[in-house]
Amino acid sequence: MASINQTGTGIRLPNFCNVGVMLRSLVVVNVLLAAAAVIRAPTVSEIWFEFLVFAAFGEPVLILSLVVLCVARRWLHAIGYVGAIALLAAFELGVTWVFFEASQQFDFDQRPMSFGQVAFLVFFVSAVTIAYFDLRARALSPAVAEARIQALQARIRPHFLYNSINAVLSLIRSEPRRAERALEDLADLFRVLMADNRTLAPLSNEVDLARQYLALEELRLGERLRVVWRTATMPGDALVPPLILQPLVENAVYHGIEPIETGGEIEIDISRSGTQLVMDLRNPYSGPGKHMGGNRMATDNIRERLQLHFDVEASMHSEVKDGHYHVTIRIPYITTAAS
Amino acid sequence: MLADKDTARILIADDEAPARARLRDLLDECRESFPLAIVDEARNGREALDVLNREGVDIVLLDIRMPEMDGMEAARHIAGMQEPPAIIFTTAFDTYAIKAFEVNAIDYLLKPIRVERLLAALSKTRAAPKVSREALDAAANLPRRHLSVHERGKIILVPLAEVLYLRAELKYVTVRTVDREHLVEESLTHLEEEFADAFVRVHRNCLVARAAIAGFERNAEESESGWTVVVKGTGEKLPVSRRQHHVVKQFR
Repeated sequence: MASINQTGTGIRLPNFCNVGVMLRSLVVVNVLLAAAAVIRAPTVSEIWFEFLVFAAFGEPVLILSLVVLCVARRWLHAIGYVGAIALLAAFELGVTWVFFEASQQFDFDQRPMSFGQVAFLVFFVSAVTIAYFDLRARALSPAVAEARIQALQARIRPHFLYNSINAVLSLIRSEPRRAERALEDLADLFRVLMADNRTLAPLSNEVDLARQYLALEELRLGERLRVVWRTATMPGDALVPPLILQPLVENAVYHGIEPIETGGEIEIDISRSGTQLVMDLRNPYSGPGKHMGGNRMATDNIRERLQLHFDVEASMHSEVKDGHYHVTIRIPYITTAAS
Repeated sequence: MLADKDTARILIADDEAPARARLRDLLDECRESFPLAIVDEARNGREALDVLNREGVDIVLLDIRMPEMDGMEAARHIAGMQEPPAIIFTTAFDTYAIKAFEVNAIDYLLKPIRVERLLAALSKTRAAPKVSREALDAAANLPRRHLSVHERGKIILVPLAEVLYLRAELKYVTVRTVDREHLVEESLTHLEEEFADAFVRVHRNCLVARAAIAGFERNAEESESGWTVVVKGTGEKLPVSRRQHHVVKQFR
């Protein structure tokens, strides 16, 4: 399990194109500016004015920095963490100087600050923001490893494994060819399960995996299991967290199809909607409650991994309605890992 | 096949066709050292009970997880028969059931099943006593969906959803549905525990289905609390005891 110990390394600048990262930056910077305003204001009633002065200067610098960091992220990643920080500091200094000179035109501040003071404030705020993201990445890294272990535990019910082996055993004498195919599928399935599942993987792999899984379930359930795939407009090159579709399909079989004597239909829609990838799954469900019983562990695990990978840009919604369980996942459509 | 006394008549109950096929193969291998005949196959607990009502069976190989009626419920109905067959549970993986079986000393086989284990379990049915209804009740974690009435060796199922009320009378409990009454040999206290979600006690000797309560009427003569429950469908009025008077408030 050496890989788990290594998760603390590889800290790098966050992806500033991510809405979550942008929001966090905005909050951190503005909280610091507000604190500075409180300290600088001579009376309580002037705090708001001081904050406006800081914001008038700070907000343009922040937004310009975020835009540049977003555009130049690949280049910054390429030169390494320390180099990127140094470049960032130089860039902030330049931007500060430009804005400082520009603000000299207006004489709205009663207690003008020197360039040194302003530069210190900018460096301080930038450093705290970067340190926050650094700490956050370190704090979440063990969580990524943890999520991976959870993924292994929650994925593939032992129920499925033993029943599948049992089904293959029944085929060996009568249909050796089918037994061979089934064992190959099982091997592929476990190859993915045992792999390092921390990085994003192509959607087409995920779909293949789900199909292999379903082929095995069909062996056991025969005509009780019917699957409708709607993937005509699916972008196969989209990157998704591994094992995001298969657990949902497994839930659908276990809670939706198996308890019904005559079986049922699982509908899987995967499509691209603008900058988003939408995965949609429906299965019959007659049990009680708003959530499919006993599947919370799997959906919680998926939700957690979506958050780790995409922060607030991914969502997962599930409901039980009209005798069907319906789950929708939306994640940003991306095709390269560096983005 | 001629069924002589030494030939064990076996019923296979499993919802998965390959699992049934596998058991057939294994039973064929056991045949030499343990004379047996496969009577029939069932795809769920209800079908298994149908077969038992139709034919004589000595051993049931019963899968736990099945649609319609699972193996656990089927076993509880079977155990109430006058001369129940021996039950051997089969399961691929069920943490809860396995633990419960261990605690209550109930025999089970893990899938994939080895022929040696199957043969041992089959042989054991000859000597060992049949698993008791009490042990099965203790091992079950879900309430049954039917009550079973045993008449002349047959199992008649009464869906719980059709039951209006249960009333204790001497050593039996009367099960009332819209059409008729049945007698079951169970304790009202156990029934109350098992079906606490669907039934409510209105009297020392009576549980009423929550869904069957049409309303409450004042009746000081017939009821010590002054209230009676009006039953949906039949319009019968059942007395509410003083101790259960709070039920009236709860529903009004």
